This record gives sequence, C-alpha cells and structure tokens, in this order.
Amino acid sequence: MGNENRIINGWLMVHIALCLIFIFAPIAGSFVFSLNSDRFPSLPLGEFSFKWYRLIYEDPLVWAGLFNTVVVGLTVAVIATVLGFGGAYTDFRYNFFGKSIYLALALLPPTIPVVIMGLAMLAFLSRIHLSGSTISVIIAHGVMCSPFAMAIIRLRLSQMDPDLEAAAWNLGGNEWATLRHVIIPFTKPAIFAALFITMAVSFDEFAVAWFVSGLNETLPVKILGFLQGQVSPRINAIGSLSFLLSITLIVLAQLLLRNPEAEKK
Amino acid sequence: MTSSPIVKFDNVVKKFGDFTAVEKADFEIGRGEFLAIMGSSGCGKTTTLRMLAGLEDPTSGNIYLDGERVNGRATWDRDTPMVWQSLALFPFLTVQENVEFSLKMRGVAKAERAERARKWLDKMQITEFANRNIAQLSGGQRQRVALARALVTEPKILLLDEPLSALDAHLKVRMQAVLSNLQKDLGITFVYVTHSMSEAFSMADRVVIMSRGRIEQIGTPVEIYREPRNRFVAEFLGSANIFEATVEEEIAEGWKVIHEEGRAIIPASELPDAKTGDKITFIVSAENMQLSAPDSEQDGIEATVAGDEFVGGTAMIFLETASGKELKVQKSHEELSTLKRKAGSKLIVSWSAEHCHVLPDE
Repeated sequence: MGNENRIINGWLMVHIALCLIFIFAPIAGSFVFSLNSDRFPSLPLGEFSFKWYRLIYEDPLVWAGLFNTVVVGLTVAVIATVLGFGGAYTDFRYNFFGKSIYLALALLPPTIPVVIMGLAMLAFLSRIHLSGSTISVIIAHGVMCSPFAMAIIRLRLSQMDPDLEAAAWNLGGNEWATLRHVIIPFTKPAIFAALFITMAVSFDEFAVAWFVSGLNETLPVKILGFLQGQVSPRINAIGSLSFLLSITLIVLAQLLLRNPEAEKK
Repeated sequence: MTSSPIVKFDNVVKKFGDFTAVEKADFEIGRGEFLAIMGSSGCGKTTTLRMLAGLEDPTSGNIYLDGERVNGRATWDRDTPMVWQSLALFPFLTVQENVEFSLKMRGVAKAERAERARKWLDKMQITEFANRNIAQLSGGQRQRVALARALVTEPKILLLDEPLSALDAHLKVRMQAVLSNLQKDLGITFVYVTHSMSEAFSMADRVVIMSRGRIEQIGTPVEIYREPRNRFVAEFLGSANIFEATVEEEIAEGWKVIHEEGRAIIPASELPDAKTGDKITFIVSAENMQLSAPDSEQDGIEATVAGDEFVGGTAMIFLETASGKELKVQKSHEELSTLKRKAGSKLIVSWSAEHCHVLPDE
C-alpha cells in the first residue's frame, strides 16, 4: 500500500469516528447525566450519584412497566421467530404462483408508518375485544417483528447448499425428520439471532404499544408518561439501562450471525 | 449379468413443463454392475439418476427397483443412497455423525449406529478424523466421508452424481481406483453419472451415452469405442473420422462406396443387406489411419497438415482435404519421426478396409 492509501484510510477512519460520535453522543450524554446529582442537565456537572437509579429502583410503576416489557418481549421473540422461520422456509423450499406477492406482504410491516400501524391495530384489536391488554401488545409486536426474523433466517437458508435437504431425504429422513435434523440445526445461529433481535425491537418499540397497550403500559410508554409529567433525570437512568439491554441483544445476534465457514478461512 | 436385473427403466419419460428431460429411457441394470451414464450437461443423465433415487417422479413409464415398481415412492422409503456432486455433507455434524445419519433416520440404536459407522470409517481409512468437522477435511477426505455415509446402510445399489468433478487431476485418478476397487469388493451395483469419457470408460462395465434426453447407445466401453451406433456417439468419442458415402457396387472384398473425398471399400460384414445407391455413414478411427509422403505410391486422400496436438505417447495430426474436410490421424512419435511434415505440407491419408465401421443407425 502506498502513502496515498494510508492518507485516504486515515480520513475514512476519522469520518467513521465522527459518524459514531454523532450517533452515540446523545446516548453517552444521557448516561453521564444519569449519574449526575443535579436536577437539570447542565454543565458543570454536579456530584457523582446513583440517586436516579435508586429512585427508579424504588418506583413500582417502573417495575410494572419493565415486567410488561419483558413478558411482551420474550413472548414476541418466540412467536415472531416461529412465524419468521415458517415464512423463510416456505420461500426457500417452494415455488408457487404469486410468490413475489407473498414475499412482499410478509416483509411489509416494517415499512408501514408506526402511527398508521398503531391506529390500525387499535381499531382492529378493539373490534375483536383484545385492545388494552398485554395480549394486544404481543399481537401488534408479533406482526412488526416477524419480518425481521424472516429476513435473518432467509439469509442463513440462502447460504445452505441446495442439495443438503435432498441429501437428507435420500438418506432416509422424511420431510419432518429432515426439518428437525438438518434445516433447524443449520439455521440455529440465525434462529437465536432472530430471537434476540425481535426481542430488542419489541423492547424499544413505543408508538404501536402506546396505541394498543391501554393500562398495561410497556417501559417505553411509561417513559413518555414520565416525560409528560415532569422532566426527571430518572429518564436518563432508565434510558441507559434500556440501551444497555438492547445493545447486548444486538451484539449477541451479530456474534451469532458471523458466517462460521468464512471465519475459518 | 446374473439373474434378474436390479433396475429396470420401462419407457420412462420425464418432462419439466414443455421441456423433455428424458425421452423413453428403456434399459436394465444388472446386479453388481458398474454402469456409467455419460453425456454433456443437460442431456438428462442427472435426471435419470434422480428418478432412480426417487427425487424426481417420471412423467410416464415405470421404474422397477429389485423387481418392485417404485414410481411415486419417496426417496426416504428407498435404499438408493446417492453421492452428490457437491457431496452435500452436513457442515454442523462431525464426520462420524455424518456417517451415522441414515442409521439415525432409520431408528437404529445409538451403540449400533456408532459401531456400524466405525466399520465404514475404517474401510474408508478415515477413522482418525471421526470427531473432526467437515470444514477441517481435504477434498479427498470429504469424498471418503460421502462414500461412507452413503454405504453405511449396506445398500444394494449406490448412485453417484459426478462425484469426482471437484477434485484435481491426480486425486481424481486415485479416487477412480478407490471407487473401482470398492465396487468390486462390495459386489453391489454402482450407477455413475459423469460427463467425462475417461472416468466412464475406465471404471464402468457398461456405458450409457445420452444426448438431449435420448439414450444414444448402451454397451461396454470397447463396444462403444469400436462400434458407435450413430454419428452423435462417434463425434462424442472425438477420435473418429466420419464419412458420408453412397454404395456403388459389390466387389470381391466387399462393397465399393463413393464418399466426399473419393472411393473406399467396406467389408461385406459391415453392410449385410446393402444395395447400390444406399446412403451410409462410416467411420475410421484416427489411430487406424495411415500417413504417407506425397511422393509415395500409396493410394489415398491428399490432405494438408493443419496442425497437431501432443497426446502423451502419441500425437493427433489434423489435416484438411482440398474440399475442406478435416481428418484426424493419431500416431506414435516414432512412426511420425520418419515422415517429413510441418504445417502446410501435403501428405497422403489412407486406411485399410477392415478398419471401416458403418454406423448402423444412420
């Protein structure tokens, strides 16, 4: 590599660093202020303190919100991954008339503006008397998260040797046995990644949950409640913890999605 | 061939939409036979193999396996294991787990599975890799795993779909020997699909040559080489000079015919019921052609040397006649050393009548 390339590479590094700072500065700021004893976020900083963390720890409303979030997140992760797997496997395995329409519809939900989605969900769920409960959030989030799971699992299936499934049939495995002993083991990293990512999406989702949750608010909806009442540094503390949780799930998913074959080379 | 055939294709046709992949396949495979199905890509050889494996269902006609009609029977209900071109080993299983797979699918208990897998790992000389991942093996080792995995149920028939095409040349020759010996030791039927003439002819007892879904010829390698049935097979083999001719008259040595470049005599045995005016196609193999200097007394076709190709101990000389027909002559380097030749020089090409073979299907 010549000098020129080194200069270009150096500038690209700077560029990436600036982008990352732009994205993460607000989150870092929120984290810093969550440990600051002052009531308002201003410089110079006050004393170092866990006060706001203690306050949220002692607040039963926060715990209720977290409980709802965790219940919804875990359930949605399982439902969305099962549905996503089914969608991805259907695409991998079968060719049928209207397949492109099927794929477009299956992958559509994330492209719908969340306010519209929330309103539509509310209208629909109240019709069938399911609005305002934890179930309603699970249903709405299940719809929104399945395409993510499907996309992740589809990607993994596309890396599979197309002869692998037929080879398993040829060796005496019927379709169900092959699904269990070949397709699922092969896609296992993607299945776990899908579980983590859909959980993270559900944790962070606010707008639709706001429409359909009623009294069973999830944590993001609770945070908005706090904000409307008063600006409290407690939000910084909750935000920091939520961020930590989400980023952990995403990092786990990314680790699982590294291509093990490429890794070895 | 002994007793009843293990496989019988009875007028089997396979269509994909409007495309006919296999047209009236009608042949038998004997027990313990090594049969190669050969042809260029898209000729229907792999489809034929997949129908036998139960991965495709024939559009019409019947397939019998060990005397039983198997149309519509799923591949997992047949014991017709296949060795795939891509090998299709399971990357998430160890070598031993790969080999055990079909036993596991058939509900064989764990201890017995391990024991039977070990036996085949041993036979394939890959026992030391039993607990490795597939990614850690070389091409030749993977090949052995694929064979062990397919043979672990001790089937009566093994299907192989271009299994050696991914290997480099010297490994290919070694694996050919492994396969050949294995087939003889086990005494089971091998059906081997390939586009390579050298693979097919060096291993198989009989060869099926296919093109565009049709079976062009079935026979032993020597039969096919000496007596191709039609122009396609003759051209596919690559070493024959093909002449179109018209039968002129019967003489003492056989039939006198007139072809594009002159006259020739065909032995009577090659033309049992010919009559004057019949159109025939005959071939003379390149190694049976003679070359002589232009000033020699030899009767033959005058042709210009266009170039030559080095083929191991021999050379293939390409010549062109005045009318533009290409002729091929294969000779040892010693024979050629006595002959003055370079590109552009004229030589006389000739052959003796007994080396003419008439293509019966043309």
